[in-house]
Amino acid sequence: MFYRENGQFKTSYEKDQQVFSIPQDRWAIFAIIAFAFIGIPLLVDEYLFRAILIPFVILSLAALGVNILVGYCGQITLGAGAFMAIGAYAGYNFLVRISGMPTLGAILLGGLTAAVVGIVFGAPSLRVRGLYLAVATLAAQFFWDWAFLRIKWFTNDSPSGSVFVADVSLMGWTVNTAAEKYLFCLGILVVFSLLAKNMVRGSIGRQWMAIRDMDVAATVIGIRPMYAKLSAFAVSSFYVGVAGALWGFVHLGSWEPAAFSIDRSFQLLFMVIIGGMGSIVGSFFGAAFIVILPLFLNQMLPVVGGLFGLDVSIALVSHVEIMIFGALIIFFLIVEPHGIARLWSTGREKLRLWPFPH
Amino acid sequence: MSGRKIGEVILDLKNITLRFGGVTALEDISFDVREHEVRAIIGPNGAGKSSMLNVINGVYRPQEGDIILRGEHHANMDSYGAAKAGLARTFQNIALFKGMSVLDNIMTGRNLKMKANLLQQAVWFGPAQREELEHREKVEEIIDFLEIQHIRKTPVGRLPYGLQKRVDLARALAMEPQILLLDEPMAGMNVEEKQDMSRFILDVNDQFGTTVVLIEHDMGVVMDISDRVVVLDYGKKIGDGTPDEVRANPDVISAYLGASH
Repeated sequence: MFYRENGQFKTSYEKDQQVFSIPQDRWAIFAIIAFAFIGIPLLVDEYLFRAILIPFVILSLAALGVNILVGYCGQITLGAGAFMAIGAYAGYNFLVRISGMPTLGAILLGGLTAAVVGIVFGAPSLRVRGLYLAVATLAAQFFWDWAFLRIKWFTNDSPSGSVFVADVSLMGWTVNTAAEKYLFCLGILVVFSLLAKNMVRGSIGRQWMAIRDMDVAATVIGIRPMYAKLSAFAVSSFYVGVAGALWGFVHLGSWEPAAFSIDRSFQLLFMVIIGGMGSIVGSFFGAAFIVILPLFLNQMLPVVGGLFGLDVSIALVSHVEIMIFGALIIFFLIVEPHGIARLWSTGREKLRLWPFPH
Repeated sequence: MSGRKIGEVILDLKNITLRFGGVTALEDISFDVREHEVRAIIGPNGAGKSSMLNVINGVYRPQEGDIILRGEHHANMDSYGAAKAGLARTFQNIALFKGMSVLDNIMTGRNLKMKANLLQQAVWFGPAQREELEHREKVEEIIDFLEIQHIRKTPVGRLPYGLQKRVDLARALAMEPQILLLDEPMAGMNVEEKQDMSRFILDVNDQFGTTVVLIEHDMGVVMDISDRVVVLDYGKKIGDGTPDEVRANPDVISAYLGASH
């Protein structure tokens, strides 16, 4: 009843093209962003920041990047982890080799490096698609795993391949505490989400989706597949690279190549599939599902077991956690193959008309 | 057909031969298309009509022959080049972008005319937004023209077949083409839908002066709306002329129209 657009008339195409063209939506999103910036730091303790919120924010950014490529442009990738690693290690190299390099500059340059490498490793997409492309991107994953482990120059000759970034600062503000780290990452996520939304609602986004849906027709209409695909690889890798740099610089502080293994690539792909392909908000849902659910299960299982008088051991918890998690993924894929984002939009459509069925 | 004046030859196809391995799909076919006319290509199944259209807009490249578009040789163009040269087409088995709304589908037709770069689009405010609004106005004109206002925000995958065909036409029109290639625009439609579609094709031809090349199986429609007809059979041209001439051509009658022997 409260979610109505009756009597709201759009009198110009400009109003029709707004991201949130319904005022209720606009206020809701402002409220959520305000709560995320002001409310959460007041309410949440150190552990929650480190264990949940910071990983959630950074992986949302990475999932957003993967979604641009997989969800919007229809090109599959199994190398997202490698591009996170490229962002992190390239950013690290910019930071240690160029004196006076600001941290944010290093992070963005890390992303740009990932974008350039993304274009190179995206080139096979011009020839192959589907599973074959997946294998080609898998090659990127293995190659960069190997490179960061074996080529000492990338890790500034550190013996074990592990590197560290002392502290992150932004124009005199040193990002020290967990809350500050969270705010730093959240700020980047909000800006990048807005930029992504602008791209996907504009001409380039239509080009990506056209290539995804029907590439022959797209060419006939005057879309160059090369430009559309490679720009999707570049933008996607940029986002994933920046997320990787944040993961290394802000979340981990010190890291080694194993932090960006193939597990990470799969995790990001699952986020996009579960959250909703071709949906910005879906990336956040997917990241939340993958990051928060295991921790939630981990905390809840002993409590639930206690209710039935069962003593649940820690080993059992970790096994059951994986089983329930896997079952939920399958459940979601069967019930709603288009992901949580589709459930969300269906719900909203229903709410617009509620209490009437049509 | 008021005020429409058929002009000079705009598209000239000379001795086109197209082979797929050992199969000759088109053999030594020549015909021309004049500005502002409605030119039909007819023929039995497998005659090479769609292949002909694919040759014209660069999806296939012919092994032999030449395509002359407004005095320029275009035998080696790809489909992107064809789009730039002012050729638009619709598809026999609708090739819309299923995941996108009707509006977005039609907006893709404006792609070649949109110039804002990636960064400007990411920022949105400024050139990208101006351009987006400007082209939206054009697209809305086409939406009005084809009477599909009520479905502009609907994903095309959810639309019935007849409307999808209309959106396909709208997307091609959004390119503001000089030559519009229509591959069986009325296949699978009922009589009323065919009438609507014929009216749209004639209106496009009449109001925008667009040259139309169409493939169609419904002889009634073809004979009614086209100025000249070319007839293909087994990859060879067996007839060419006005509907009346084609109708009287004995080769055409025996190969296609199936009149009494």
